[in-house]
Amino acid sequence: MADLTLRVNGSDKKVSVSPETPLLWVLRDTLELTGTKFGCGAGLCGACTVHVAGNPIRSCSTPVSQVAGKSITTIEGLGANGLSVLGQALQQAWIAEEVPQCGYCQTGQIMSAAALLARTPNPTDDQITQAMNGNLCRCGTYERIRKAIHRAAGNGGAR
Amino acid sequence: MSPLSRREFVAAGVAAGAGLVIGFYLPRGSASHEEAFSPNAYLRITPDNKVTIVVARSEMGQGVRTALPMILAEELEADWNQIEIEQAGASTLYGDQGTGGSASVHSTWDPMRKAGATAREMLISAAALTWGVPRSTCTAESSHIKHAATKRSLSYGELAGKAATLSIPTDVTLKQSKDYKIVGQRLARLDTPAKVKGEAIFGIDFRIPGMKFALLSRCPVIGGKVASFDDKESKNISGVSYVGKVGDAAVAVVADSVWGAMEGRRLLNVTWDDGPNKDLNTTAVMASLKQAVSKKGASLYSAGDAAKAAGRKISAEYTLPFMAHAPMEPGNCTANYQGTKCELWAPTQVPQDCRDSVATAVGLDPDQVKVNVTLMGGGFGRRLEHDYAVEAALVSKAINAPVKVIWTREDDMRFSTYRPASLHQLSATLDGSGFPVALTHRIVAPSISGQKGQPTPGGVDPDLPDEAGPVYGLPNYTIESVIAETPVPLGWMRSVYALQAAFALESFIDELAVAAGKDPLQYRLHLLAKDQDLQYFTTTWKTARMRGVLQLAAEKAGRDKPLPAGHYRGVACFGCFSSYMAEVVEITMEKDEPRVQRVVAAVDCGQVVNPRILEQQIQGGIVYGLANALRAKITIEKGRVVQGNFDDYAPLRMDETPTVEVYAVPSAEAPTGIGEPSVPPIAPALCNAIYAATKKRIRALPILS
Repeated sequence: MADLTLRVNGSDKKVSVSPETPLLWVLRDTLELTGTKFGCGAGLCGACTVHVAGNPIRSCSTPVSQVAGKSITTIEGLGANGLSVLGQALQQAWIAEEVPQCGYCQTGQIMSAAALLARTPNPTDDQITQAMNGNLCRCGTYERIRKAIHRAAGNGGAR
Repeated sequence: MSPLSRREFVAAGVAAGAGLVIGFYLPRGSASHEEAFSPNAYLRITPDNKVTIVVARSEMGQGVRTALPMILAEELEADWNQIEIEQAGASTLYGDQGTGGSASVHSTWDPMRKAGATAREMLISAAALTWGVPRSTCTAESSHIKHAATKRSLSYGELAGKAATLSIPTDVTLKQSKDYKIVGQRLARLDTPAKVKGEAIFGIDFRIPGMKFALLSRCPVIGGKVASFDDKESKNISGVSYVGKVGDAAVAVVADSVWGAMEGRRLLNVTWDDGPNKDLNTTAVMASLKQAVSKKGASLYSAGDAAKAAGRKISAEYTLPFMAHAPMEPGNCTANYQGTKCELWAPTQVPQDCRDSVATAVGLDPDQVKVNVTLMGGGFGRRLEHDYAVEAALVSKAINAPVKVIWTREDDMRFSTYRPASLHQLSATLDGSGFPVALTHRIVAPSISGQKGQPTPGGVDPDLPDEAGPVYGLPNYTIESVIAETPVPLGWMRSVYALQAAFALESFIDELAVAAGKDPLQYRLHLLAKDQDLQYFTTTWKTARMRGVLQLAAEKAGRDKPLPAGHYRGVACFGCFSSYMAEVVEITMEKDEPRVQRVVAAVDCGQVVNPRILEQQIQGGIVYGLANALRAKITIEKGRVVQGNFDDYAPLRMDETPTVEVYAVPSAEAPTGIGEPSVPPIAPALCNAIYAATKKRIRALPILS
């Protein structure tokens, strides 16, 4: 067991967990931030995507000890903290395009999309595909995800 | 005006001063349920003018928590912005709450409308009495009853108490579709905002204080058992509090975190008794289907005498593999066993089956088991099983504490219940113009229900009547089923047997068109040219409606315009769950592999309740079906499922997903299924496009094997 301090959504959280525990389970079980989802446990589906120092990472395959002290943003913090304008634009675009069906993968999809738009404010279709191809959706919402990203890019003028 | 039948009996009463409560029974599918009074959903209007509709179907992404309330709210003349939704849990008070067979809207359409209309009429009566005016001078609008002449208005909430004291009208007038204000509108789904903020609580997210987490190590060989286990190393993991057998074939590792349970399971050393299937492999299963093909079949459909038809004979054989549902949310269930009761929080399509199976497993009466239905991260039929719930209850009983059982993706892939592998023999006799005068389709597949010990009347799996009907009105036409048993666990996967039946039939029709030297679309339209009613079990398939969707899809796909160079088109149509579907696929070929560029889909599902939800379901079904067609294949080696995760069982990703255009034939017919009908035509449409591109006929799925 190790005592670690995690900077999650702008506040410091002290956790006592074994250092190899994937960040996903610390977020979900210890910090009760269940918006980040478990889908494959192998970095294949993207449902567990969060930002570490602004980069999208797969929290199911990232030992918590690797991210101690770094800034972690989850879906719960996306619309509220440093990325608020972008996060809210994406969430509104997701609603406007009626993207979710079951919705389980969508928080991970939005986190990947936020990382894309933070770097590439007006992405092309190819750039969207490249950024989003690691996120699986079994409901098949990809077309609406693409539209929502374009919409958020157009509406998120304050980026 | 029609009197309510007994099964649709509507009752109202004063519920502890809460206002007007209307209970109504919602039958599932067309099965006959003759419970005298078995309400499974409630409309509650409270004095604060809130209209609460309890939905007794499970939300797995298909939009029932929005679509079903829309139907009731329409007849009620309710203010949609004041509707509240409650999810029903399983109860002995309810009728069948199973969610499946694309049946939720289809089967609740009439009772939902009548319940809304009945409440509306009672509220009108209450207002008329209050004001001392004739009922006919009162109108219902936006959760208020209005009296235009005196400009008076009372809200439903204000009238609820009085309405509840009135007798129930036995015949109410339902609205005409032209007057609909809610049904048919592109209303936003009510569950979306929570889902984009990470606030939606799925089964896997649900917690109760003191809850432990458990993973199970299950025998990797189908039908095998635990011989012994050594938990020494597991128990060295911090937080692991219990290791013990669950049933004969699994060992549970319980910890205070999911990761602790995962690590504990990884270090668990189980010796398995592999049992009778240790040498089972997929090749042997497919060989057993081939052997069964000559068995006497049960007749599903029979017109004329196909054997006597004379002309040019063509035959072909098609095969499909086992497939896994793989919903994004892996299996899980939370259980709290407390001696004389057990409560569950289950992502389930069948709350009552969960209740009953859990009761049997832990030795309680069904009414001592409470099942709460959570949101589901996809279902696709996997959550028609109740294995997770039974496991959770047994572990909770063993540790005498609340516990959440979680499956990993590998567990989901290897311990699923699979879409049955199948073999299809088709033969046709062509007339001088190249059109079939006779067609025989012999379906060889294991029976899902049969394997589960449920009846297969007349040797017919009970799902086939919804999923393998005739498309064309041929003078001599036989569809037969041969049940071939397999030890591989079987389950109902989105569109169930329709995917297999459509792949075989609609590929074969394409082969016939090619043999006749005719355009495949024109060939089909010719076969559908005459208006005919094809009676198949309890469904009457109408060639006119099938022709309608085919024409609509073809027209929207630009049938008369030349395709860009290197683009090829394939078409297929099929009906299942009482809906008609046609799909036109446009592809290019890259390195011998198809790239789907565009899909145009046309559906006739009667009255569309919510066009946005319809589009979601059709698009989603096509993406799901494309993954099935291109890659989905579960194989068995040495009695074990080979595939384990999204690398070797790979769904479609964004780069492979085409644009999908959805068109609905305008209709005021009662609504039929939309969750599954778009899945079956996509595989044959794609294979037919590949033939157009390469002259190579694909007779075995998946395409990229």
